[in-house]
Amino acid sequence: MQKVLSLNGLTKRFGTVLANDAVDLDLHKGEVLALLGENGAGKTTLMNMLFGHYMPDDGTVDVADRSGHMAPLPLGHPQAALAAGIGMVHQHFTLAENLNALDNIVLGAEPLTRIRRDRRRARAKIEQIMKSSGLIAPLDVRVGQLSVGERQRVEILKALYRDARILVLDEPTAVLTPQEADALFENIGAMTGDGLSVIFISHKLREVLAFSTRIAVLRHGVKVGEIATADADEKVIARMMVGADTPVATRDKMTPGAPVLQLKGVSVRGNSKRDSLSDITLTVHQHEVVGIAGVSGNGQTALAGLISGLGRADNGMIVIDGVEIPRPDPKVMITAGVGRIPEDRHHDGIIGAMSVADNMVIERLDDPEIQSYGLLNRAAIRANADRLIKDYDVRGPGAEAGARLLSGGNIQKLILARVFEQNPRLILANQPTRGLDMGAAADVARRLLEARARGAGIVLISEDLDEVLGLADRILVIHDGQLHEAGTRDRQAIGLMMAGELAGELTKEPT
Amino acid sequence: MIRIEPRAAPSRLMTVGIPVLSAVVALALAAIPLAFAGAPIFPAYAQMFHGVFGSMFSFSEMLTRATPLIFTGLAAALAFRARLWNIGAEGQLYLGAMAAVAIGTGVLDIPAIFLLPLIITFGAAAGAAGMALPALLKTRFGADEVVTTLLLNFIILIFLQMMLEGPLKDPMGLGWPQSAPILDQGMLPTLMDRMRVHSGLILALVIAAIAQFMLIRSVWGFRLRAVGENAAAARHAGIGVKRSLFGVAIISGGLAGLAGVSEVAGLKGYLTADLSPGFGYTGIVVAMLAGLSPAGVVLAALFIASVFVGADSMSRAMGVSSYLADLVVAMSLLCVLVGGFFARYRITRSVRVAS
Repeated sequence: MQKVLSLNGLTKRFGTVLANDAVDLDLHKGEVLALLGENGAGKTTLMNMLFGHYMPDDGTVDVADRSGHMAPLPLGHPQAALAAGIGMVHQHFTLAENLNALDNIVLGAEPLTRIRRDRRRARAKIEQIMKSSGLIAPLDVRVGQLSVGERQRVEILKALYRDARILVLDEPTAVLTPQEADALFENIGAMTGDGLSVIFISHKLREVLAFSTRIAVLRHGVKVGEIATADADEKVIARMMVGADTPVATRDKMTPGAPVLQLKGVSVRGNSKRDSLSDITLTVHQHEVVGIAGVSGNGQTALAGLISGLGRADNGMIVIDGVEIPRPDPKVMITAGVGRIPEDRHHDGIIGAMSVADNMVIERLDDPEIQSYGLLNRAAIRANADRLIKDYDVRGPGAEAGARLLSGGNIQKLILARVFEQNPRLILANQPTRGLDMGAAADVARRLLEARARGAGIVLISEDLDEVLGLADRILVIHDGQLHEAGTRDRQAIGLMMAGELAGELTKEPT
Repeated sequence: MIRIEPRAAPSRLMTVGIPVLSAVVALALAAIPLAFAGAPIFPAYAQMFHGVFGSMFSFSEMLTRATPLIFTGLAAALAFRARLWNIGAEGQLYLGAMAAVAIGTGVLDIPAIFLLPLIITFGAAAGAAGMALPALLKTRFGADEVVTTLLLNFIILIFLQMMLEGPLKDPMGLGWPQSAPILDQGMLPTLMDRMRVHSGLILALVIAAIAQFMLIRSVWGFRLRAVGENAAAARHAGIGVKRSLFGVAIISGGLAGLAGVSEVAGLKGYLTADLSPGFGYTGIVVAMLAGLSPAGVVLAALFIASVFVGADSMSRAMGVSSYLADLVVAMSLLCVLVGGFFARYRITRSVRVAS
């Protein structure tokens, strides 16, 4: 097979952290290389160096030109990477929402000095690409109105429009339904047939095994292994990623107790569809994990807002532990025994500029253990932090360091420590393992199941269907602000419901 | 090629070093216009230094000048800590001063032990009321407090002129738009004989110490910092964001009001429409230079007061314009802002690989 790209000894340091240590990686024509690794293993850093966002401290990159001749790539210049035929699709899309798809694709690829734009030729070229790749997106619709899957296709089209011969995808399926993800990989398959080479970063072992041709694993910035996908299985790669076998959380059967949360005919009229709910009914019992599956933007935000106390219902009743909550706000919910794990842990979960210790007590500032006469009890706060850091294995520069210095997984551990220490009756876990590596995700799952064993009721909102299937005792699907009992554990059937197709008999959950 | 990368965390040395360095750089840059004005640079700076530290009197003048700046600096620092942009300290200062003369010029003829606390309380309350309105508009209707507080300054200034031509006008003032003098027992005592420095300075220092302590050690300060650093997370954690904002608005306005009380009841004795040469606005520079720390406000106020008093002395001795002081103050703000950028980002040079 013809080599199209080789990274030679790429090294990147951030301060004292060695993000990448002399990484070598080759890519061949028509190959789909999966780049795997725990969070913070250096996958994104490596790809950002390839694309010129970061300047490597050491190492070189060689790229094949159109004739197949390998030439060194000038580093630190995204323009040079683009010119060499490297396209990158970031995890967070970089589209202008107020422009239509066509303009987004063409944006930046046109010479500034030309006065008239040749939209017709651009459209013809894009349509040609759509035809050969199977990536179809409506070109004349504003990107702000497109679905996540469509936006991603626009991003990929953007790269292909610039004649990318090497495509880098950073966690492409994180925001897609299982069906959309499968379709994406089908398209990728078609494109590699035409000579495109693909590197994709992923956490999901299932898709890596199903759709890649080769797998490279990074750990702590070092490439620890490379394996042809044909020779790999889940166990082998998991061991390569974490360096040891990960314990899988097991869910014992439990009998649900009294209801801890009841939503009765609750409606929320939000500003947009994504934060509205229409007439939902939900009951969560003690010793029970209720999984809410669904594609993001279907009302999860409103549901989570309701349970965490950030939002109010326009109609209906919220009952916690048999007591109606007439005017919910975050403090009322905390007092009522609701532990909340927010979706966006950086934005809502922690105050990055404040210390780890402060963040661990932020929900209980009225607690006499934490304060007396309005003055903080520093010693108690510190002792609390030291204990929780040990119990929950929060790794970082220490209790007094700013919480922003923690990695994503450790921020989540901080939040878990804060929540579980209060022995909540009800736990709202909104995307609790998103962006976490396997070790940290397994830890979150184990903690949730421990809380369930203690008698808590848990609402698990997740876009990761595998996670819902693994943890939930009962599964509901949220779509378009409505909540439906799944009544099945079949991936395919639930996937269809997530896409809004009412597969078979759907009944609202009885109250 | 030069590129900019974020730093992991600003070091302790930087948080202290950058304001100090900014001040030094601002002074150094001021040498350029000084040279253009035809003054010998080193003797001019020597004169400036001498103008502050040369005698007990000049030093006490500097302390007198620093007193209102500590108050307005604290007003800005506390509000800014919560991301509440109170640009209205100038107006709140005048509200405080008006309240002080309203009750201090003879309405109540009571002993100092009652009158002084009353003047201080009323002055602070008037300043607080001046900030309560923009805070209410912000928390209720989302009105941008930068706009409301800034514009309120002009409204208050015109209101002040109206009052000085009307109800507050001194009947014995020969027609000048000024208030009657505050009663002797209503004046803040001076600290030293034949010097103007007054006990308002002690009040300012005590309040700065309390503010520093409360900000770091109290639940109130915790909430304030949490709201300022990340309002969304604070709200999620059950902290009453609006309540915290409103609370700090009251305190910030009250502190600015005290600056007015201290100027009118500590220094001038009567109120005119030119009581403050922009102390409210300079307080913002003081707060920024102090890194929004109350303890730092004291040091920054002393520095800026030194620049003002020193430049005055220099301009008299050298015949250059005293506007140089404003220049140094403005440049130290710019230097702090640039310095803040360097604290957060590092500039690295990368080497091109030949293609």
